[in-house]
Amino acid sequence: MTQTALWLAQRVTAAILAVCVVVHLATIIYAVQGGLTAAEILGRTRGNAAWLGFYSVFVIAAAIHAPIGLRPVLGEWLKWRGISREVFLVFFAYTLLWLGLGAVIGVFA
Amino acid sequence: MKVLVQRGNSLQEFEVPRQPSQTVLDVVTYIQRKLDPTLAYRFACRVGMCGSCAMTVNGVPCWTCRTHVDKVARADGLQIGPLKNLPVIRDLVTDMSQFFDKWALARGQFQGAKSRRDDFEKVIPASQDRKAVDAGIECIGCAVCYSACNVVAANPAYLGPAALNRAWTLVKDERSVDVPDRLRAVAGDAGCHACHTHMDCTERCPKHLSPTAAIAGLKRATAKAALKGKL
Repeated sequence: MTQTALWLAQRVTAAILAVCVVVHLATIIYAVQGGLTAAEILGRTRGNAAWLGFYSVFVIAAAIHAPIGLRPVLGEWLKWRGISREVFLVFFAYTLLWLGLGAVIGVFA
Repeated sequence: MKVLVQRGNSLQEFEVPRQPSQTVLDVVTYIQRKLDPTLAYRFACRVGMCGSCAMTVNGVPCWTCRTHVDKVARADGLQIGPLKNLPVIRDLVTDMSQFFDKWALARGQFQGAKSRRDDFEKVIPASQDRKAVDAGIECIGCAVCYSACNVVAANPAYLGPAALNRAWTLVKDERSVDVPDRLRAVAGDAGCHACHTHMDCTERCPKHLSPTAAIAGLKRATAKAALKGKL
């Protein structure tokens, strides 16, 4: 059950990330036309609930997706299995969440 | 032709005459009969039915009886070794126990509900389920896919392509009565979700089966069962 749940979570978050990455890249390419400043970015994102929602979903999906993908990499390349690996991956997920949501709130507030 | 044969941790060189339509199994047989009778190897049918002559030829796992020297020999000859990912008993002979033990772990045994006194089950050959079974049923257990699989190499507990392919044919067998147990058996840390879809198994299968497709089917089936709370 655990493996299947992890697999499903990774597939679902992959689908979300596919959309998020495209929107993110398209926004960057569109926004940098004619130069870009921090003030311009903040002008768009500050107080904008839509961007807050979009990047929050992006960060949450990445924080779920990346540790699940890292799990077999650690197992197969470093032979790191067992409970210590799982603890590390939970810590890694929360670190991504903390850093990502911190940045999202930083450009919103 | 120069032939390097892996014997334990070293390579032994032999000079073998080329023949028309010569197979790699012919080469190994020549070495054992004419040059060194202590060479251990395994074969039975010689015609691609039994799968027991599988070895690694120039780094690629294959049936030696169906591999012509013309097709695989390089300018510097041939290098022949035992199948990878399996313990070597001696020279070119591997211990297949773990390979078949994993078939059992993946619940590769058929379990039906009828006895010999019941009538035959009627299975429609054109049904989607039966077509899925047909696509994977011709596996003869040669372990070429298992030897080619780099997930097995990285994770020795991984059930491997052949055992999962077998499980998939039984999941799609409408006579099976233990499908939920089988899905649970293949959904563990060493089961179908460990597959990275590199497709080495499908690339090398001498029967041109696609264990990768079978494993993808198991991933879908376990996901559906999990969503229904039946896993």
